[in-house]
Amino acid sequence: MANPNSFLSKQQEVPAARAGSVLETNKVLKNTYLLLAATLGFSAFTAMLSMALAMPSWVYLVSVIGAMLLGMFVLPRAAQSASGVGVIFLITGMLGFGLGSILSMYMALPNGPSIIATAFGGTAVIFLGLSGYALTSKRDFSFLGGFLFAGMMVAVVAMIANIFLNMPALALAVSAAIILLMSGFILFDTSRIKSGAETNYIMATYGIYLAIFNIFISLLQILGIMGDD
Amino acid sequence: MELFLKIAAAGVMIMMLFFLWPAYKAWQENGPKAEKGDWQAAILPLAAVVGLVIVLIMLVR
Repeated sequence: MANPNSFLSKQQEVPAARAGSVLETNKVLKNTYLLLAATLGFSAFTAMLSMALAMPSWVYLVSVIGAMLLGMFVLPRAAQSASGVGVIFLITGMLGFGLGSILSMYMALPNGPSIIATAFGGTAVIFLGLSGYALTSKRDFSFLGGFLFAGMMVAVVAMIANIFLNMPALALAVSAAIILLMSGFILFDTSRIKSGAETNYIMATYGIYLAIFNIFISLLQILGIMGDD
Repeated sequence: MELFLKIAAAGVMIMMLFFLWPAYKAWQENGPKAEKGDWQAAILPLAAVVGLVIVLIMLVR
């Protein structure tokens, strides 16, 4: 004979499982933002170190190449274990160190400090605004995936061309496109964490960190060109 | 030195294209499709970002 309480216990299981899933999602979200804050702080430290050491501008390219290689080949495997935290600090530290050499160049411009401060404030507003929007919205922005990856491929092709062409107009267009694409990635990544589709907080942090870094660099470039410097 | 770095950067970016292609294919084929009002909800904050960038440009000019 079937247990009459089995239906009741099954009904109780569903909210319990949902509560567990919500708890898990909140844990991933909390860990992601904690690691993001720590990596951004570490990047700021390495950027200041690089500025103090007056690193030449080619250090930026070396750092970006190294960070991209680590991000493509090492991080996806390391992110499954605790060593992923060390790898993400290495990547973000390298990117911060490279960024320091670019910031030194901007500091030498007449209104460089104001451009850096404006780009920093703009990046913070964009990140906080979009994250807040994605977290409070009832919409799932996962549908942006195909569009964002297609857009990234087009932007990367344009970036490769401009490495050799050195056209300011193309650099401006690429920077504007990158800001929009990375803004879309913040919506997409945050939405995936919120819905429970992203369960690895190291990879989630990496995605959001890259979006913030690219928005900051692109804003610096746009404000530098449009600010007549 | 600089030319070597530029070639290396281009090489790594080409490699990145090979990493992006499967992600694009997977999201295009198996990713969730937009429902009614989804695009509107995404375009609204992106338009706000464009507006903010224009304001920032006006601030530094």
